[in-house]
Formats: sequence, structure tokens, C-alpha cells
Amino acid sequence: MKHITLLAASFSTALATATFAQEVTPADVVFSEYGAVEASLTGVAGNAENGASLFQNRKLGNCLACHVNSDMSDQGFHGEVGPPLDGVGANWSEAELRGILINSKNTFDGTIMPAFFVETAGVRTLDKFAGKTILAAQDVEDILAYLLTLTE
Amino acid sequence: MKKITTLCAAISALALSTGFAIAEADAPVLSIDGVVIATRAPAPEYLDIDEVISGWVFRTVETQALQMDDFDNPGMIFVDQALDDWNEVNGSEGKSCASCHTGGPEEFAGLRTVLPRWNEDAGAVWTMEDYINNSLVEHMGAEPWKVGKAQMNAMVALISLQSRGMPMNVAIDGPAAETWALGEEIYFTRVGQLDMACANCHIDNYGVMIRADHLSQGQSNGFPAYRLKNAKLNGIQSRFSGCMKNIRATPYAVGGPEFTALELYVASRGNGLSVEGPSVRN
Ligand code: HEC
Ligand code: HEC
Repeated sequence: MKHITLLAASFSTALATATFAQEVTPADVVFSEYGAVEASLTGVAGNAENGASLFQNRKLGNCLACHVNSDMSDQGFHGEVGPPLDGVGANWSEAELRGILINSKNTFDGTIMPAFFVETAGVRTLDKFAGKTILAAQDVEDILAYLLTLTE
Repeated sequence: MKKITTLCAAISALALSTGFAIAEADAPVLSIDGVVIATRAPAPEYLDIDEVISGWVFRTVETQALQMDDFDNPGMIFVDQALDDWNEVNGSEGKSCASCHTGGPEEFAGLRTVLPRWNEDAGAVWTMEDYINNSLVEHMGAEPWKVGKAQMNAMVALISLQSRGMPMNVAIDGPAAETWALGEEIYFTRVGQLDMACANCHIDNYGVMIRADHLSQGQSNGFPAYRLKNAKLNGIQSRFSGCMKNIRATPYAVGGPEFTALELYVASRGNGLSVEGPSVRN
């Protein structure tokens, strides 16, 4: 029994190391000339269902604060600061959308849309958010998976 | 007073006739006890917009209605409390506000329209709160009141009320110019984890919904504001603090030099709008 536990422990350590090695840090993200990001941030496929809940979560993505999304018409109050996101999964490539999520300023110069996965946490950032990204790497991949379902 | 009311009516008629093409143009005219409030005015020439619009215009019909009658305006309860403070002896000199200002709060008609302003003796721009605290400490020998707290907000509301309907008219030049420029810089500097400036919301996006909030121009002419959200009067600098925290930025100190500079700048963006105080917001 002891032997098996040990084995299991070393196995899960190996897994954790593997995931860690693959996860891209904000500093390492590679953008194309137009702000697209080809490579997944985690190597783990995005979970669209979780992405949908992050999309409307006021503390995390809060995308609904600024974007109308007909797919969520059951939710009250969609914001109008940005364009509606209906059809974005068809109008943009996966790499372009990933880039927009990570740092939309590379795609839209001077945009109000927050950069969700960047190192520079802004000027005078509140202590509890300082040095942190708004979304975790897997959150970005999950929201991306959800956006790709918005094809009409 | 009559003359001022007519003037304001003329200003708001003018603003209305320029036909601003957003839905808010349909909002009713704000008139409180016969005093017409200019909720729209042509923008001062130093601004990058055509028209300045009070936050009242962007509120729901129900919230707007609460401000149209002082009996319905919950902020007026605090004005009554401030009147008690006005008459109460406080401090080592055995004086109340009324001991010196024998004409009553009415003495201060017009004051709110020009604040914040340069105070030559102090060598700094002063808010109404600074003037109130100066009287408490220097003339009455009392403790100063905390800026942004209930007692102070109520007194600011009582004194602001004396200017109701008069157009905001703060000076941005002369010795105030440097402070104004600092306020302008803060207004346009992106801060916080969300990396936004006041201007991103209140210039670029006023008139649109940000989730359940209808974005206004972030004007200060209605302050102190009674907010349904927290059921009390809110000072202008506390509002700045709230907006900064929402963008996950560390606010400057309420009552400190940065927010006072910002208050002057924001007030100047509303020159021409009537003093409402106390307003009702959500
Ligand atoms: C504070 C406002 C704001 C928030 C929050 C926000 N966005 Fe945006 N977004 C914008 C604006 C504004 C644009 C348009 C680009 C521009 O011109 O600035 C935009 C553009 C986009 C686009 C391109 C759409 C197109 O068809 O051009 C996508 C996709 C997008 N946002 C997704 C998201 C997602 C997903 C989230 C949340 C994780 C989000 N946004 C959060 C304001 C916002
Ligand atoms: C993310 C968007 C956003 C940013 C950035 C922002 N605000 Fe606001 N502000 C709001 C919202 C939403 C409200 C409530 C609705 C309204 O009046 O616009 C508000 C309200 C206000 C009000 C009250 C207006 C009234 O009539 O009651 C003032 C004043 C104000 N903001 C000033 C500022 C200043 C100064 C800054 C920069 C330090 C700032 N805001 C930054 C979103 C923002």
C-alpha cells in the first residue's frame, strides 16, 4: 500500500510540473503584428460552459458589463460600451480572439476594454490586485472556448 | 433671485433647442418649488464636448421624480439636521455658525457656484469643506469635521441649497490654474488594474449602459447627492473614491490635494449647470 501511495504522489507531482511548464506567463505571450495569439496559454482545452459563467461574473470577466450578448438574453442589463458579441466566433479567428482577451490594446489602440492577462497591473492599482492578472490563464482559454460558440 | 431663475430658464431652453440627439433629450425639465434647474448647458469653450448635462438627466423617471419635490427628496432630512448644527454652540469660543453669520445660511447664496476656489491667505485651492473646517477651528475653537462624513456632507448640502438654480461658475485661471491642470491630468490618467481614466467613462461613453448603470458625464453640480444605494448624503470626493475603487485603483485621500484638484476640474466641466444640492441618485 505504502508503495502505491508513493507512486501516486510522484505521479501527480509529475503532472503538476507538466502543467506548470506549459502555462504561459503574461511576459511570455507572443503576439502577431495585429495582436493575435496563436498558442494556447495552458495547453488545456477551454471549457466553454465555465467560460460562459466567467463571461457574466461581475468580479471576473464581467464582459456583459460592456457587451450585449444575445446568447445570454436571460440575463438583465447588457452593457453597451463595446460592440455586441453576437457572431464573434465566426467573425474572428481563435488566435485573434485570444489576443483580444489577453490584451485588446494590441488590436484596438487605446481601447477602454481591460487587458485581462497582462503583467503591467496599471498605475495606483489597489494592493489586493497589484501584480495580478484579472483572469487566470485557464480562464482566458475557457472564455475563448465560449466565444467560439457564438457563431451567429 | 427672480432674475437668476429667468436666466437659468433661458439657458436650459437654449440647451434644449440645440437638440442633442440622444434619448435623454426627452427627459422632463427639472424644476423644484418653482426654481428651474439647468440640467443642460452649452459646454464652456475649454471643453472638448458641445453640451454639459447633469447626472439627473440619466436617472430613471422614478429617481428623477424624487428630486422634483423637496418633500420626496430624502436628502432634505439631512439639511434639517445641518440647520440644528448651524444653531448649536460648539467649541471653546461659545459660538455657533449663527453667531457670526447672522443673516442665516441664506448669506451664502451663490457661494457653491464658485467653489472650489483659490484662497489667497491659505495659498491653496479650498473646497467648501475647507471653509467650514476653518470656521470650526479658527472662529469657534471646535474640532474640525471629517471630510466626507455625515455631519460635513449635511452642512455642505445646507449651504449648497442656498445656491440652488444658480449656474456653476468656478474659476480655472489665475492662481487656480496650476491646481486645475493637476485635476485635468488626474481626470485623463488611466489607473488601476482595469486601467481606465475618468474620461474613458464620463467623456467617451456617457449616455450608454455599463451593465445596469446608465453612464452620465460624472458632473458634480448635484453634490452632495443622496444615493438610494446607501441611503445617505455622499460628498463629491467620496464619489471619486468609489469610481477609483471600481477600476481597482487606490483612491487619493478624501480632503487631500489631489482630490481637491480633481474636484475643481470636474466642477469646471459643469460650469453653466445649475447647483442642485442635495440631488437624488441611485
Ligand atoms: C469596459 C468595457 C469592456 C469590457 C469589460 C470588455 N470589453 Fe470587449 N470591447 C470593448 C470595446 C469598447 C470594444 C471595441 C474596441 C474598441 O474600439 O475599443 C471591445 C471589443 C471586443 C471584441 C471585438 C468585437 C468586434 O466584433 O469588434 C471582443 C471579441 C471582445 N471585446 C470581447 C470581450 C470579452 C470576452 C470580455 C470579457 C472577458 C470583454 N470584451 C470585456 C469594451 C469592453
Ligand atoms: C468604469 C467606468 C467609470 C470610471 C472609469 C469612472 N466612473 Fe464615475 N461613475 C461611473 C458610474 C457607472 C457612475 C454612476 C452613474 C453615473 O452617474 O454615471 C458614476 C458616477 C460618477 C459621478 C456622480 C455623477 C452624478 O451626477 O451623480 C461622478 C461625479 C463621477 N462618477 C466622477 C468620476 C471621476 C472623477 C472619475 C475618475 C477618478 C470617474 N468617475 C471614473 C463609472 C465610472
